[in-house]
Amino acid sequence: MKEKIITFLTEIRPEFDFSESSNFIEEGMLDSFDIVSLVASLDEEFEISIDGTEILPENFSSVEGIIQLLNKNGVTE
Amino acid sequence: MNLKFRNKKITGILTVLPENEVNFDDEIDNYDFSRAQSMKLKLIMGYGKRRVVKEGTAVSDLCIYGMNYLFDKGLLKKEDIDGIVLVTQSPDHFVPATSHIIQGKLGLKQDMMLLDINQACSGYPVGLNQAFMLLDQEEVNKVVLLNADMMSSKVSAKDRGSRPLTGDAASITIVEKDSNDSTIYGTINVDGTGAESLIIPAGGFKMPSTPETAKLQTDKNGNSRALDHLVMKGDDVFNFVQKQVPPMIDNLLSKANCDKDDVDYYLFHQPNKFMLKKLADKMGVPHDKMPHNVVENFGNASGVSVPTAITFNLADKLLTESFLVCIAGFGAGLSWASLLMKLEKLDFCEMIDYK
Repeated sequence: MKEKIITFLTEIRPEFDFSESSNFIEEGMLDSFDIVSLVASLDEEFEISIDGTEILPENFSSVEGIIQLLNKNGVTE
Repeated sequence: MNLKFRNKKITGILTVLPENEVNFDDEIDNYDFSRAQSMKLKLIMGYGKRRVVKEGTAVSDLCIYGMNYLFDKGLLKKEDIDGIVLVTQSPDHFVPATSHIIQGKLGLKQDMMLLDINQACSGYPVGLNQAFMLLDQEEVNKVVLLNADMMSSKVSAKDRGSRPLTGDAASITIVEKDSNDSTIYGTINVDGTGAESLIIPAGGFKMPSTPETAKLQTDKNGNSRALDHLVMKGDDVFNFVQKQVPPMIDNLLSKANCDKDDVDYYLFHQPNKFMLKKLADKMGVPHDKMPHNVVENFGNASGVSVPTAITFNLADKLLTESFLVCIAGFGAGLSWASLLMKLEKLDFCEMIDYK
């Protein structure tokens, strides 16, 4: 799951190294449009629909945070 | 607030679209997206074609054009109109109210009530609720609800959040008394603490437009806007909608003692495709019951987006069939409102181009 997430993030913002960052939002690596793109990719890949109320920047600040969000939406490793 | 109405119905809906069409593909270079990101967002958000007015066209022009179309076709008689409710955020002038300009230019009777409401994306259910209230008066038998907005000129050409989605349009909805005993259920909610989530900071009496307010400033996301432009805090608005709309609909259906599955169509405001799909998923509503194709074909014209969704998706069906529909709008204010009602065998339900 982790590799898949990194792949999607890199597709969206190829100029950044997401494995080196501790907070994607604070470091300006993802904006709200990037999050929308990422959610669409994750929804399609894992055949889910991430709850709209959870599409908050703080849930997308790290790969671990995104994994937690996916777990919450029924995706397991 | 919960509302309830009896012996009233909608008898016709007309959408008036400006003839000028802008295509997202032709505007891509205006925005700070990579081409790949633009193409992906086009699919996700529904960026596509949008209708915008030509310079010099006013809200009253769109409304008068549509009203004259109905008079000429014999679908509406001037003498039958007892009231006009105009919902717009883009009035012709601060003074007088635009409804008065429309009444005067159309030569309508003086013995009538005119009401202008400043509401944005919740403007269709808010306007309908108000029109139904007017019909509670003994001498009021037919009210014309006009929804009209032309906010495209108030969105910066360099604002990738709002610009690719914003369109202009007007709609005319006829509401009148009826002998049927079915009940119409409505709700209206507001939260003024979110007033700055969607705002045009300058141009009113508090901050008049000056050369200073027309200067573009670039935000941290690369959007350039002036204080004269519409500012939308996209994250705040998205979360407000996802948080408030599903419980509003649950409450509405519960007041009506109606199951979610009993509703034939959920005709919601059309901010963008992504937001509507997320709403449908959260509410457990099949996507085909909640049309989300207005933005990609015409743009989001604020409160006009609901009647556009109706005339674009259900025009032929509504002339002969009957549907239980749930209407909802949500946006600036913040405000959110809804209606549960039957739409059946309308006298007209169509879209025309303004020329």
